[in-house]
Amino acid sequence: MVDTIVIPLLKIAILLNAVLVAVSYLVLLERKVIAFVQSRLGPMRVGPHGVLQPIADAVKLMTKEDITPARADRWVFTAAPIMVMVPALIVFAVIPFGPEVELFGRSVPLYITDINIGLLYIVSVASLGVYGIILGGWASNSKYPLLSSLRASAQLISYEVAVTMTLVSLVLMAGTLSMVGIVESQRDAGLWFVFAQPVAFAIFFIGGLAETNRAPFDMPEAEQELTGGFHTEYSGMRFALFFLAEYANMIVISSVATTLFLGGWLRPFPGVEGLAFLDLIPAWIWFVLKTFVFLYVFLWIRATLPRYRYDQLMRLGWKVLIPIAIGNVIVTGVAKVLL
Amino acid sequence: MAEAFVFYGLAALILGFAVLVISTRNTVHSVLYLVVNFLLVAMLYVMLGAEFLAAIQVLVYAGGIVVLYLFVVMLVNLKRPPETHQDPRRQTRLGLALAGAVLAELVAIIVYSSTGESVPAAAPAEAGMVEGNVEQIGMLLYTNYLIPFEVASVLLLVAMIGAIVLAKREL
Amino acid sequence: MLEITTTHYLVLSAALFMIGVIGVMVRRNIIIIFMSIELMLNAVNVNLVAFSQQWQHVVGQVFAVFVIAVAAAEAAVGLGIILAFYRNKETVNIDEMNVMRW
Repeated sequence: MVDTIVIPLLKIAILLNAVLVAVSYLVLLERKVIAFVQSRLGPMRVGPHGVLQPIADAVKLMTKEDITPARADRWVFTAAPIMVMVPALIVFAVIPFGPEVELFGRSVPLYITDINIGLLYIVSVASLGVYGIILGGWASNSKYPLLSSLRASAQLISYEVAVTMTLVSLVLMAGTLSMVGIVESQRDAGLWFVFAQPVAFAIFFIGGLAETNRAPFDMPEAEQELTGGFHTEYSGMRFALFFLAEYANMIVISSVATTLFLGGWLRPFPGVEGLAFLDLIPAWIWFVLKTFVFLYVFLWIRATLPRYRYDQLMRLGWKVLIPIAIGNVIVTGVAKVLL
Repeated sequence: MAEAFVFYGLAALILGFAVLVISTRNTVHSVLYLVVNFLLVAMLYVMLGAEFLAAIQVLVYAGGIVVLYLFVVMLVNLKRPPETHQDPRRQTRLGLALAGAVLAELVAIIVYSSTGESVPAAAPAEAGMVEGNVEQIGMLLYTNYLIPFEVASVLLLVAMIGAIVLAKREL
Repeated sequence: MLEITTTHYLVLSAALFMIGVIGVMVRRNIIIIFMSIELMLNAVNVNLVAFSQQWQHVVGQVFAVFVIAVAAAEAAVGLGIILAFYRNKETVNIDEMNVMRW
């Protein structure tokens, strides 16, 4: 009873809250990092160094007037932000934050579930996020949101192909689709897969930037061409859902990349005995640290690189990344057979 | 007991959303109901112990094919809905009645034939070589069904080229 | 009634298939007709998976994978045809798609 119902529910509650808090603080972190890059201070008024800014933002967004455009498709308009947010959250069900640990005399695994199709589950759930974007733009019954939602979904689908191809070469290395199994195979191999699959890692990271619509691929939100993007007509909490979903997706991509390429909860160089003292730090802290590094790189890139043009973006996706990814799968397969 | 509840709930939802798919006037809403329908069928696959197929269903159907439909619906931005000028000779009611009759007949055949003692046509489980749903499917796909697998991949390639040729204005 | 057998799944699949057939017969919008065909393919897949569970053998699921691959190919080519047709005649009503060439 306790093991099958209470503990999983508790884990889900804790994880959901942790993710939502992380998302709101990621917004603050982004503003601070970009301010740092541009020699500014960023938000400083609410709390010391602006640490309470997310709370002020939440209060502002919740008390704002919630406008539905007159000719909008009311139901779809309301459902679209939810359809973006839900896939971003339920992906966390299979992400392992750590191995089994002893808590109050019980052995509790630090993941909600470990299914044998974990990686497929992540890919398929993530592919549902595109609906919210298309329908949000369509239901607004407005020109620019529709254009940008078509752009966004075309971009998402194109880069999804390349990212899924890199995952195939990764699965060839690991020999399993279970997320826990992938981390364990990195432990057994004694090295993170980023060193075995550098090409796949690069493509995954670029594709991840494009799938979360982040700079330099933030085409759907190009202010100069499309006013605000697919959520131009949204306001209040419904806008906030779109906004938070983008950041939640960044955390998803970062934690998936950590699990697949940076060894998840493993310490650096798991094969080297001399570094065993690093195991004194709990496994989940390693996981959070690595995820944080990814998130920082996301923000750093946004502050540094200019935006791609739309046709260049599509050319990069279809004519460069996908062929390289397919080539990588073939090379990995041949190497796997020969070695 | 619980299985029965889940099954009847899922079955009612699947059929309800299928009816909505074909009865809604707004094409975009119709596509949405189709997505929900596919997700529910994926749940049915999980109930039947076919996790791999459930994931493929969500990935390919809900995440790929239906997005394509949505794109086409938005590109085919209709000035006049196609159903405004109905063919007066079309006998919708008769069609519905006939479909109902065929369905009743099918159900009768299924129920009648399943009450009798049935014998497995082939020896059931020989796939004891590997554990797990995904591994078993992979094993069969790359051994016994290798040629169909390759033919399917060629089919997909042809379809891809065909779609580009058809949809592109000038090559 | 409370024990779910393969028969239950077959009846569900037959009903789903019939809804697809009705969609093809009744609706005039070719996109809806395509979606009805997808419903029918899904009904077939439910059948295959139910049998696969009955015999405890995954060959049914393998065939369902092939059905999904064929459905993907069909959707791509079919929607391409719809787009090409729409560019020429500005309609998606199949009653107006009555010439082989023009």
